[in-house]
Amino acid sequence: MEFVIISVIGVLFGCGTYLILQRHLLRVVVGLSLYSHAANLALMVSGGLKRGNPPLLTTDAPYVDPLPQALVLTAIVISFGMTAFATVLAFRVRQVYGSDAVDELAGGEE
Amino acid sequence: MMPPDLFVLFVIGPVVTAALLAAFHKWDSFQRGVSLAVSLGLWGLSVVGLLSLLQEVSPDGGGIGGGIVVLRMGNWAAPYGIILVADVLSMTMVVLTMTVGVAVVVFSLRTVEQAHQEHFYYPLFFILIMGVNGAFLTGDLFNLFVFFEILLIASFALLALGSQPGQLRETVKYVVINLIASTFFLISLSVLYRTMGTLNMADLAHKIQTTSGELDPTLTILALVFLFVFGTKAAIFPLYFWLPGPYFQPSAGLSAFFGGILTKVGVYAIFRTFTLIFRHNPALTHELLLILAALTMLLGVFGALSQMDMKRILSYHIISQIGYLILGIGLLTPQALAGALFYMVPYVLAKSALFLIAGVVQAATGTTHLKAVGGLQFHSIPLSILFLLAALSLAGLPPLAGFFSKFIVLQAGVEIGRYGYVGIGLLGGLLTLASMLKIWNGVFWGEETGDRRPVSLWPLLPGIVLLVFFIVGIGLFPGILYSVAQTAAAQVADPRVYIAAVLGLKE
Repeated sequence: MEFVIISVIGVLFGCGTYLILQRHLLRVVVGLSLYSHAANLALMVSGGLKRGNPPLLTTDAPYVDPLPQALVLTAIVISFGMTAFATVLAFRVRQVYGSDAVDELAGGEE
Repeated sequence: MMPPDLFVLFVIGPVVTAALLAAFHKWDSFQRGVSLAVSLGLWGLSVVGLLSLLQEVSPDGGGIGGGIVVLRMGNWAAPYGIILVADVLSMTMVVLTMTVGVAVVVFSLRTVEQAHQEHFYYPLFFILIMGVNGAFLTGDLFNLFVFFEILLIASFALLALGSQPGQLRETVKYVVINLIASTFFLISLSVLYRTMGTLNMADLAHKIQTTSGELDPTLTILALVFLFVFGTKAAIFPLYFWLPGPYFQPSAGLSAFFGGILTKVGVYAIFRTFTLIFRHNPALTHELLLILAALTMLLGVFGALSQMDMKRILSYHIISQIGYLILGIGLLTPQALAGALFYMVPYVLAKSALFLIAGVVQAATGTTHLKAVGGLQFHSIPLSILFLLAALSLAGLPPLAGFFSKFIVLQAGVEIGRYGYVGIGLLGGLLTLASMLKIWNGVFWGEETGDRRPVSLWPLLPGIVLLVFFIVGIGLFPGILYSVAQTAAAQVADPRVYIAAVLGLKE
């Protein structure tokens, strides 16, 4: 199971990198959000994937590490906020420049 | 003696203030009054906090003990719960942040446009302060990530405030680069957690010290990924390319805070992780830090020399100065660490003061381009004096504070026979002087050229005077800051002190 998730992480990173290297800002934003999904999945796997065990330290039975879940929840909220900001920024760029192609932003120095 | 619980105020205080200011964002005088009062209050509190830590420090057989306050949120014991750790290093950084914060708020009272103020300038600024203070005080790598994100989102919004075309372009670059760096931060956190089973800094350091060397290759790779992440935030070679643009665009008060403090959060993260956690393979990691430091010093100052705009010269200088800080960390002797910290304080003060002065120049003449202004010394003598004091301190001329900073770092280099790096450091200092004189010649010296706007400059000066006052003070009494820096370095140079304080271990 971990192998599958790790492969998914790899695919997400590959697609994210491809999108970040595109000209259009909206694609860059989608690429960034794929990056954050990949990172969140990696965090989830970092505690080991187990099913059916309680996330408690006090029981004698084998338990699931609860920490990665707390971490991934925090990371999801953060990446949600960041993606929202990046989307609005891309929208604003489109409004001000009349285009969201990154190379159109060049110039205007000094 | 300050009660330990009060240390949480450096994180909670700004965020409560931000919420309050956001709720009453249409009420002009309330915004200014509360911002000034809270920043002054937190500044005073941070000084008291630092003094109470210093009071507690006691020599403890050969080493040093005490003087580290550990706050356990919800009273969960160290490796499990969220903790804040205030040692002398992090409290010094908090004091520095609040000093610059006060100066920037004082400057902002007079310069922030009405439209910006209505669009949550002050609330965002306090959220930024909360993120910075939190990053300095946290004792946990994941919370370091969280505080990084908090200060990032606040800085994104502040950079984009106003949505001028040039501003938007720089914000886009800054956002994309920082989000990519954050992703790598998160990935390396997950690998680190998988490898070590903890993200608490003290627990990590303890586990790395006690385990045998079989994990070393993984840890070294992780150390380098963390160096990439923090290096991007701190703008070290070769990751500094993003810095000059975004720091050039915003209003002067923000440039001062960004240029003075924000990159230093990255430097602090390198400082903390590479003195506490990743010390297993200094032959690789710390040698790499030295090489990067040398290149950062030189390329930053070359960049500065090639620019023709006051704010751009200052932005490139940030990069060069970060090289000196990294040099101190790379040398990893107590003397060098004390030097790096001693370097940080006057340099941050001088850098923020210079950015604020650039803001005054802009207010007086409408531009900061060296060719478009000249002879400003006839227009405002106090401003010229303030500039000279800050600039010469940055370049390291005695008896100003910057001289002692450079002297201590380079002396530490000489002591362990790293003459090459000392030479590069001296060359960097010389070129810094050259580029500061370039600003002086372009803006203040010579014939009066360029427009003069009919604005009174006096109200803009108090914040700058405050910063320059401390620069001169440190220059006249370097012993005080040096003993603080030595105490901080003694705590940091031996990770066992930190580990024992956080985990409650006894040798």
